Amino acid sequence: MTALTTPLAHLGRAVLAFLAVTGRVAIFAFDGLTHVFRPPFYLREFLTALLHIGWLSLPVVGLTAFFTGGALALQIYAGGARFSAEAVVPQIVAIGMVRELGPVLVGLMIAARVTSSIAAEIATMKVTEQIDALVTLSTHPMKYLTAPRVLAALIVVPLLVGIGDIIGIYGGYIVGTQQLGFNPASYIKNTVDFLEFSDIFSSMVKGCAFGGIAATMGCYFGMQSGRGAQGVGQATKASVQAAAVLILAANFLLTSVFFAS
Amino acid sequence: MITLEAVHKSFGPKRVLRGVDLTIPKGESMVIIGGSGTGKSVMLKSVLGLVTPDQGKISVDGQDVTHAQIGRDRDAFLARFGMLFQGGALFDSLTVWQNVAFRLLRGSLKRPKAEAREIAIEKLRRVGLTPDVADLFPSELSGGMQKRVGLARAIAAEPEIIFFDEPTTGLDPIMSGVINDLIREIVVEMGATAMTITHDMTSVRAIADKVAMLHDGVIKWTGPIAQMDESGDPYLDQFIHGRAEGPIEAVR
Repeated sequence: MTALTTPLAHLGRAVLAFLAVTGRVAIFAFDGLTHVFRPPFYLREFLTALLHIGWLSLPVVGLTAFFTGGALALQIYAGGARFSAEAVVPQIVAIGMVRELGPVLVGLMIAARVTSSIAAEIATMKVTEQIDALVTLSTHPMKYLTAPRVLAALIVVPLLVGIGDIIGIYGGYIVGTQQLGFNPASYIKNTVDFLEFSDIFSSMVKGCAFGGIAATMGCYFGMQSGRGAQGVGQATKASVQAAAVLILAANFLLTSVFFAS
Repeated sequence: MITLEAVHKSFGPKRVLRGVDLTIPKGESMVIIGGSGTGKSVMLKSVLGLVTPDQGKISVDGQDVTHAQIGRDRDAFLARFGMLFQGGALFDSLTVWQNVAFRLLRGSLKRPKAEAREIAIEKLRRVGLTPDVADLFPSELSGGMQKRVGLARAIAAEPEIIFFDEPTTGLDPIMSGVINDLIREIVVEMGATAMTITHDMTSVRAIADKVAMLHDGVIKWTGPIAQMDESGDPYLDQFIHGRAEGPIEAVR
């Protein structure tokens, strides 16, 4: 009998553990969000977070988007050639970058770059008792550490996504005009005419959601960190994993909300 | 006055505090001794509300603080405390003076920046550091200097109650002596209530008015420092003389 029930028990425990974590993350995210709107506000922390999450992420976001846009143009040209539809390159690059690849790739790069550094920083602060020190100095860690980072990510990641979209389209434009023989003026005209407001809007909403996820996961797993160097390592790994998976899941959800009708 | 009554705390199956009773009168310096892992830090953190006890009651000046949540009341309560952490716990993204003046730069005790900096430099001088360290980052300082900065931060807002978590751990004997003397001087001059955790007997003799020994989750002995050597308590005797043989098992 136990041979039958043991796997079930394992499964049950795993499901319960997953639900418990989901619940804790949800409570943490809600708590973090409410602190964004309640004083005191820490302007300096917010500006530092803006700098780190936004400005310093520009190079990696730009490079990722540029190469992706270029590769996309090549693929669509090669694929389109099979049924004599090479001319759709500008339109498909634009829609592919703005609707999907721009937000998702920027989100994943932010998860790699920002989530990991937030988690490692906060976990180290926890391990070295700096979080306890904050509390004894009458400063709420959620307000001082989480709120500025989450708010900064909510504001700046959509902007990064917008920049990523433009650079991605530019990557496609360079490949299209230099290598595939498209006329520059008509490439731009086709792109601009084809894109609709809803495409750009969905891109921004996705950026906002992914930024929120990335910053919240970094803060949550940092705060939950275990002891020592291993604890910091575990926290960092778990935060990036969770952020990446949640970003992809949220992307699916948002895409079905915006475009499935 | 700080009072702990029958305080219990477990972490999973591990029962760390099993009914701690202790009173620290106002203006006195109480030193808690005991082996590593006996729950000294947990006891101290439960007074500050960093750890919530499972059972029992903790009060400060008659006010029950056992289950106080972080909030406005908690801020007012914590504003009366200063704490020196074991590793210093300095914020490494801030400079030395910003660490010391942390409380003076934000929240209810906020002052103009120039004034906060001035107070920070004065506190640094009080712990024997020159003003030129003010603009360095904590990682640029030695361990002993970091402890001093931590001490300066703990006293920056003139607290009524100061906690010291293993103030001399990891320091050389001379630096330990310096820190011990500083703690003694500061506590006397500020008239503060002090609670120190240590297993350094030199520290105990330098800092304490009263001593309490924590073992097996309870206070085994407490009394004035002068009576410590003639207590006749086998646990205390073994500890203060550092004997491997005795009622306290060496392997824990």
